[in-house]
Amino acid sequence: MRGRGRGLREASDGRTVGPSDRKGKVLLLDLAHARSGDKGDTANVGLIARKPEYYAHLVKHVTAARVARHFKGMITGPVERFELPNLRALNFLLHGALDGGGTISLKTDAQGKVFSTALLRMMVEVPR
Amino acid sequence: MTQTVRIAAGQGFWGDWLEAPVRQVTGGPVDYLMMDYLAEVTMSIMQKQKSRDPLLGYAKDFVPLMERILPTLAQRGIKVTTNAGGVNPRACAEAVAALARRLGLAGKLTIGVVSGDDLLGRLDDLLARGHGLKNLDTGRPLGDVRDRVQSANAYLGATPVVEALGRGADIVITGRVTDTGLTLGPMMHAFGWRRDAWDLLAAGTVAGHTIECGAQCTGGNCLVDWERVPDLANVGYPIVEARPDGSFDVTKHPGTGGRVTVAGVTEQLVYEMGDPRAYITPDCVADFTTIQLTQVGKDRVRFAGIKGRSATDKLKVSIAYGYGYKAVGTLVYAWPDAYAKARRADQVLRRRLADLGLEFEAIVTEFVGVDATHGRLASAAGVPVDLPEVQLRVGVRARELAPVERFTREIAPLILNGPPSVTGFAGGRPKPEEIVAYWPALIDKREVQPCVDVVAV
Repeated sequence: MRGRGRGLREASDGRTVGPSDRKGKVLLLDLAHARSGDKGDTANVGLIARKPEYYAHLVKHVTAARVARHFKGMITGPVERFELPNLRALNFLLHGALDGGGTISLKTDAQGKVFSTALLRMMVEVPR
Repeated sequence: MTQTVRIAAGQGFWGDWLEAPVRQVTGGPVDYLMMDYLAEVTMSIMQKQKSRDPLLGYAKDFVPLMERILPTLAQRGIKVTTNAGGVNPRACAEAVAALARRLGLAGKLTIGVVSGDDLLGRLDDLLARGHGLKNLDTGRPLGDVRDRVQSANAYLGATPVVEALGRGADIVITGRVTDTGLTLGPMMHAFGWRRDAWDLLAAGTVAGHTIECGAQCTGGNCLVDWERVPDLANVGYPIVEARPDGSFDVTKHPGTGGRVTVAGVTEQLVYEMGDPRAYITPDCVADFTTIQLTQVGKDRVRFAGIKGRSATDKLKVSIAYGYGYKAVGTLVYAWPDAYAKARRADQVLRRRLADLGLEFEAIVTEFVGVDATHGRLASAAGVPVDLPEVQLRVGVRARELAPVERFTREIAPLILNGPPSVTGFAGGRPKPEEIVAYWPALIDKREVQPCVDVVAV
């Protein structure tokens, strides 16, 4: 696991929350890196294991259904997942993610350039 | 047969670093300089420019760039493949030819022009003959928006680029040729690859995909270990070293910044990826699940094992049409209670828009610094109460200009008649912007005949 000094966040009730509050879970950012792009109103997120041994763990835990739950309310369409074991990567297509996409979208991230980092906020089981 | 061909990427999009192509041709040996200028909506901008002036309609930056590097290209025998021609590759070529004569290169340069991609003048004929040009995403027929179409271009592949090189072109200027075709073309030409050698064409296509976004595969916009990517100020753009068997290395010139690693290259491979088993181009269908990457040296990644399948009988068509109008207004609210003030301002603004009876297709509010990029995922655990500032960013979209225009006059009043501690209005009133939207479609390949002209300067 990479030791990174993320500051604790202050919740609305003043209590602090952070990874230590979530027993047995870790930020996906610690297991994977990612890049995203767009095709029309669909954002793609390519998720890449930081270590070869993490890939099977990602396949098992970062399912299309779970990613759809993670983005619930933020995307209007389904989530598809494709496996690239040769690159130790998963590719997700998030349909209806970009308010119409391209030039139509009013969002800051109209082309889904940083959607990848939003996926990396997911809390996942610690690999053994 | 040529053993290695070095193809350098010089531009990842129209607006990329102006120094990159200069450094690519002077920083070490290369055989080709590949420059991609076209994004989906670029063609409609160029079509507008051409309608005002028949000598325009191409990436204008390309000509002054050529002025800087043409003597080096001629001296070193470096060839260029570029889609800078936009909707007027002939005018672009003529501008470069005039420049070459001015630089004393008359008789020393041959320019190839690839056209035939522009379908704008043929749309009604195609529709009348039963080509629906249905929207690939929505399934709607083009008839829905026919009267608002501003440009329509088929994506051509590597084949016409190969033909131009084969007829002696030093500089190949194209219209809407795929980004990948600009890299694959030189390989097919240099190695004599057949048009049905699917694995080889897939390899060249993967090479093209890897370098088409410039430095995005050499350390730029790279998340993995980003803090330690060296010397981005001096970042080296990618170079493909291709071999006849379809294997190739991606590297960069010695002494440049950035980094070429398996992890960084992998980020670029998955960028804008759909189904990785079927990366469809006019030339082939590449299977990205067959790519084997190896770090074979410092800043050098080897690609091998790439498989492909036969091309489809369709070409993709990129159509741009007038959709409506939009505007985005922003204001910055300062501590204390920056987020609360910004939220209140949004409520006031929306109430006023409703009271004016303005109708919008969409109103999108973002609080930059709180939720603009990660939405509720960022704010779910609580928003810090002591944020130094929050930017309120409100965008509206409508089919008509009038409500958008009226919206742009509702931002500034909030400075004096809304919540306090507001600033950041130096840019003035937001400007309404026409939305030119993208309509992807397919067309039978036999309907599109690429045209190649080769002229000696």
